[in-house]
Amino acid sequence: MEFFSNQTSFPFMSTRKWWYALSGILVVASLAAFFTRGLNLAIDFTGGVNAEINFSKSVDVETVRQQLRSAGFHEPEVQTFGSSRDIVVRLPPDAKQAAGEVRARLEGALKGLDPSVQVAQLDVVGPQVGSELRVSAIWALGSTLVFIFLYLAWRFHTWRLSFGAILAVLHDPILVVGFFAISQTSFDLPVVAAILAVVGYSLNDTVVVFDRIRERFESNRRSPPAQVLDESINQTLSRTIMTKVVTSIVVVALLFLGGPVLKGFSEALLIGIVAGTYSSIYISSAVALDCGLTAEHIFPSVKKAVLDHLP
Amino acid sequence: MLEYARWKYVLIVVVLLLALLFALPNFFGEDPALQVARKDHTAMASGGQKQVESFLAEHKLPYSASYLDNGHLMVRFASVADQLAARDAVNDKFQQDLITALSFAPRTPAFLRALGLRPMPLGLDLRGGLYLLYQVDVNAAVGQALEGYAQDTRRALATAGIPVKDVVTVPGANALRIVLPAEADVKAARAALNTVLNGLTVSTESLASGSAILATLTPAQVRERQDYAIQQNITTLRNRVNELGVSEPIVQRQGVDRINVQLPGVQNSAEVKNTLGRVATLEFRLEDMQSNVAEAVASGRAPLGSKLYTHTRFGRPVLLKREVIATGDQLTNATSGNGQEGPVVNIKLDARAGDAMLKTTQANLNKRMAVVLIEKHREVSEVDGKKVTRDVTDEQVINDATIRGVFSNQFQISGLTGGEARDLALLLRSGSLATPIYVVEERAVGPSLGKENIRKGVTALIVGMAGVFLFMIIYYHTFGVVADLVLLANVVLLTALLSLMRASLSLPGIAGIILTVGMAVDANVLIYERIREELRKGVSPQAAIRAGFEKAFSAIADSNITTLIAGVVLWVLGTGPIKGFAVVLILGIATSMFTALMGSRALLTLMYGGRRKIAGLSIG
Repeated sequence: MEFFSNQTSFPFMSTRKWWYALSGILVVASLAAFFTRGLNLAIDFTGGVNAEINFSKSVDVETVRQQLRSAGFHEPEVQTFGSSRDIVVRLPPDAKQAAGEVRARLEGALKGLDPSVQVAQLDVVGPQVGSELRVSAIWALGSTLVFIFLYLAWRFHTWRLSFGAILAVLHDPILVVGFFAISQTSFDLPVVAAILAVVGYSLNDTVVVFDRIRERFESNRRSPPAQVLDESINQTLSRTIMTKVVTSIVVVALLFLGGPVLKGFSEALLIGIVAGTYSSIYISSAVALDCGLTAEHIFPSVKKAVLDHLP
Repeated sequence: MLEYARWKYVLIVVVLLLALLFALPNFFGEDPALQVARKDHTAMASGGQKQVESFLAEHKLPYSASYLDNGHLMVRFASVADQLAARDAVNDKFQQDLITALSFAPRTPAFLRALGLRPMPLGLDLRGGLYLLYQVDVNAAVGQALEGYAQDTRRALATAGIPVKDVVTVPGANALRIVLPAEADVKAARAALNTVLNGLTVSTESLASGSAILATLTPAQVRERQDYAIQQNITTLRNRVNELGVSEPIVQRQGVDRINVQLPGVQNSAEVKNTLGRVATLEFRLEDMQSNVAEAVASGRAPLGSKLYTHTRFGRPVLLKREVIATGDQLTNATSGNGQEGPVVNIKLDARAGDAMLKTTQANLNKRMAVVLIEKHREVSEVDGKKVTRDVTDEQVINDATIRGVFSNQFQISGLTGGEARDLALLLRSGSLATPIYVVEERAVGPSLGKENIRKGVTALIVGMAGVFLFMIIYYHTFGVVADLVLLANVVLLTALLSLMRASLSLPGIAGIILTVGMAVDANVLIYERIREELRKGVSPQAAIRAGFEKAFSAIADSNITTLIAGVVLWVLGTGPIKGFAVVLILGIATSMFTALMGSRALLTLMYGGRRKIAGLSIG
């Protein structure tokens, strides 16, 4: 079975203006959503109290919210979590209260609705720890990008390809973040892990394409770069689609069967995979082309690099 | 011609068999269990085990297995009801000597356990339990050191007869300022303080009213002091956690000044925090060698000027004088080491305690001196349905030795075995003034939630992999089957590595495993697509396979390395679950490269290699 029975020849490079436009719109939309609506930051980042409460019967979210407010809780956020009998309550940080107290207060406040109410899980994160996590998350992303830029520049002997790769790599997390800003899905630490995984995945594709580009330039130094890039992408298309499909099978299984805890994670992965495919096909190569990539840049001297030995 | 070195086959087979062995413990499931340990911290031996076993048999409490593990006894039960019944019975009978803890024990068969193989420990979000993050006030530790120097300085200047206006600590600058009156001889002062301020950076300042000597701790000294404070706290916490009788607890340093405590299976955080947050002190006292201990024990009263201690580490009660020679906050260090006659404990006190010790040892040669460890904690119990809080003080004599020479602030306790020396040093340190710690983060995960999470994660993994398997076969036919086998080997290898490393599996970790599956497939896909290309070009099947591997290698290497970079950055900068995810990612890349490149090659060479003529490849 094959996706493409004959070698495809989609005109990727010549249509790149359209793809730049599309990317541009998506990136702007994502950034706009991020700066206006903001992310629904989970307790990992904001600090505060996150309680998962089990009722023995279905409850109405609004009723629970009212009950908590009248019990003196300040601005409780109440959502269902899995089923209509499980709810999650988020409370803003309050340095004066210990976890045990909060738990008791919550149970006391909700006993009126259901005598067998139980607080299954209670997380208390002091705000100072929250902001530290935020800082370290940004550091993680930033450092990854720097190291990858350097590694690629070293491997492919030119900053142009690195630069294209980095733009593609930046492009994906922005789109994922934009999605989270629009959908207001809870943005917690596993989501950050997913984004970093997406960065890695997207790079995978980009590097595979680059590898093919290098190979083609090696044999066709005279051909116009645009044509070489086009051919490279077309030749790797089958593999790219295939890998994406396979990975998506796994992520979709996670999304539907992994439970509410992994929901944000799987969503981030799925969006990231789709965005990543698109960015490694269009963005990285197109940008490299527009930076004036030619065969000379990848192969500065006549001597060819020795192929690595197989393991 | 398609060939593969014979030794490579052997390597692969050996690795896979080992992997299977190491991964095996994970597939047996768990039983509710009781962990039994001795209250005096010595290891449980077979005698103790038989005692408990015969007790359980006598009272007709069924259990499925019992074995010794790391100094405590694990007893497995078929159901939680059996477990709880046994716990209550054992607690009632053996209250004096043993503590019990509820936990889960894996159903690993004895031969695997004998090899030291266990399943992966599960993180808190999968097992349920308590997670506490303590912040250590390291600045207070530095402040204490400065106070010590201040005291010594005052004493040295007084001895040398040099007038001093004031000695203040400047904690912000990690320094000590010695303010001298206008007419003071700065040189003489500095000379007098030479030994006291040894190792610090000393400079002179001129002030309006005179001059001052500024002694600053070097950054190395500050760090050392901070490290010492944290280490001390970790040790203390670890001891206390052990006393809680929790199975597989984790006490680790996190970052510069934090300690992370994970207690699987524990639900009651208030009780735990009280136990862990106990205050402990030490007292050095002379033994009362004139009175009769037996009389005191019999009458329940100690003679005037002495105190009776029945709780001692060496079994017999002892009478100590009321006067305290030195206290825990004057202990600056206690380490175990080797002396001329065997293992010793080296003790360092501060200057004031040194003076007191000097006077005492001069007057009491060949008498005995003891060390008392005093721990206070708050106990919360239920009496008639109401919560009752009381402060409990526990005084234990941890050592009693003869004064063999005259010493002041540095001395050794000898006549111990290596283990005793280490224990004693530990206890001494835990009793000296630990810097204050307080909880900054606390999480409690209900165990039912944990089990749900595991179930869901594993289900997702199985369904995902089944989907991948099927798809690969549809798309790549026989080669797809090869890819699936290689994928299976990959997961087994990854599980084995994680079990071996005792890395704690968390929810993001499970997600990492799932991610690895995706990446492993990618490597195979790269190879296969290349093979297809070569076939399309008209290359012969065997040459196509070889070319496929050769040409795909650089793409696989480069792409996996970039993902590896992301994994390493995550590992270095991440904490807790993110770190767990990174570990799985890094290991997963290694295993997928190994299985895809070597495993696939081996299998394919077996199937299509040698000198046969192959008509075509079933690669879809």
